[in-house]
Amino acid sequence: MSVDQATVRRIAHLARIAVKDEDVPHLQQELNAILSFVEDLNSVDVEGVEPMTSVVPMKMALRRDVVTDHAGAAAVVVNAPQHEDQFFTVPKVVE
Amino acid sequence: MTELNELTLAQARDAIHAKEISATELTQAHIEAVENARSLGAFIAETPEQALDMAKASDARIASGEAGPLEGLPLGVKDLYATKGVHTQACSHILDGFKPVYESTVTANLWRDGAVMLGKLNMDEFAMGSSNETSYYGPVASPWLPPNWSADQARAAISNGKKGLLVPGGSSGGSAAAVAARLCLGATASDTGGSIRQPAAFTGTVGVKPTYGRCSRFGMVAFASSLDQAGPIARTVRDCAILLRSMAGHDAKDTTCVDMPVPDYEKSIGASLKGRRIGIPKEYRVDGMSDEIDALWRKGIDFMRDAGAEIVDISLPHTKYALPAYYIVAPAEASSNLARYDGVRYGLRVEGRDIADMYERTREKGFGAEVRRRILIGTYVLSAGYYDAYYVRAQKIRTLIRRDFEAAFDAGVDAILTPATPSPAFGIGEKTSADPVEMYLNDVFTVTVNMAGLPGIAVPAGLSRDGLPLGLQLIGRPFDEETLFAAGQVIEDAAGRVQLPTRWWE
Repeated sequence: MSVDQATVRRIAHLARIAVKDEDVPHLQQELNAILSFVEDLNSVDVEGVEPMTSVVPMKMALRRDVVTDHAGAAAVVVNAPQHEDQFFTVPKVVE
Repeated sequence: MTELNELTLAQARDAIHAKEISATELTQAHIEAVENARSLGAFIAETPEQALDMAKASDARIASGEAGPLEGLPLGVKDLYATKGVHTQACSHILDGFKPVYESTVTANLWRDGAVMLGKLNMDEFAMGSSNETSYYGPVASPWLPPNWSADQARAAISNGKKGLLVPGGSSGGSAAAVAARLCLGATASDTGGSIRQPAAFTGTVGVKPTYGRCSRFGMVAFASSLDQAGPIARTVRDCAILLRSMAGHDAKDTTCVDMPVPDYEKSIGASLKGRRIGIPKEYRVDGMSDEIDALWRKGIDFMRDAGAEIVDISLPHTKYALPAYYIVAPAEASSNLARYDGVRYGLRVEGRDIADMYERTREKGFGAEVRRRILIGTYVLSAGYYDAYYVRAQKIRTLIRRDFEAAFDAGVDAILTPATPSPAFGIGEKTSADPVEMYLNDVFTVTVNMAGLPGIAVPAGLSRDGLPLGLQLIGRPFDEETLFAAGQVIEDAAGRVQLPTRWWE
């Protein structure tokens, strides 16, 4: 399988990465190089094989649904590029 | 006495315990080594004041008889470990200015045991790369000189973008270079497809990728969560054993971290291989394998046999599918993990017309070319209509890869010996062709181990025709790092410790 330029633009949008027009052709080429590299996998018989979900067999741990080491709202927003009090600020979303 | 930064971690530990040296002296020597080696680009953030404070506290604990297992030993930390109040960006532009308010479990374990932090180490951006060239902070020069280069030539190359100097490998390139250049006694690293073992092999150092779940991933910047694992790089097998004991252990903050006792790995150093069975997988004899890698592998087989091990030919039939399957699974997980970098909660923000435009511009500017490429591939293989054909198929192949190993171990194989890399280190700027797959092939021998969640160790085993280090890899049963340390020590003893390069960079 290979991707065309429209697909490159579509997946870039899905990934929320802006792509300049002049970058589309080489991105297409690079992605197709990777897709052709993984093409080989189609020759493997995977009939009846379970997909791996956990590489080490383990039971999912449960814990009580309580606050553990909450450092406080100020610590949560301290690295934000923009914040007001305890809130992250973003461009207006709802018109 | 030798210069303090030339000691191995075990030698330094013993000298501290015998009160021959102080933690402060040892730390000061390393701070100076770091300052004198800035040209290599291994450290991207230095924390000398913090290091001296920690060393002073170590000296006080030593004086009061409360010394921990790593008391006063200066280490470097790969930039993807969260270190409270200190630069933590996984060497990405998108995490600009990020200083965590918490500490990763692995580094917290090291400080609990008395270790001293010298600073943060360069790496490929988000650990995506095999040469440290994708770092936002620029490449790292290996302390190993290119074949037939003079020190003057190398110093001149430093001011010319490091062109022509050798890569230290990646993604833990800063860790490997810093350890090889004796800037720290050991370093934390991380391994998703070979990122500890390949740079260790390229720099003549030892690197351990533990079993998945052996170390907590809490506070490590995530790349591919089902493959990522923390581990040490150091100058000897013993030093790695000492470090891993402190790094490993149960952590309630990572549900994939196992609750199993951590052995005293150092006790495995010197353990006999008599009667142990070492598997040699025929599928690792890949097309176009160079004579020198083949010769190195044969030498390793002799080392094992001479130590009393039984050599067994084995087959791991799905080996050749591991790398392509990895390039579906790892980007898929990365595209999901890296969705969090959107310019809202931390790091870089680029303003846009509206919120979606702000996300898109931030991510365009903040991610480098390799990271963007992997996010796009990952998004594609997870997108509607392709999920089963790519992602689910790759995960099924992963099951087959694991079954191959299980069959070998069930047949009585204790560990598997392979080359660590298909070649010695290459030059900075040498592999920047339009085909990203060329770089990916570096991980051909290491990636199977991550896909199956197994432990692996890379140990220097000799030099190439051109005098560059080459490593062998040992792969173990799940949670049997002890056998790897025992067999790794056999390689180190038989091959002799690598003579690390003299300090041309100062």
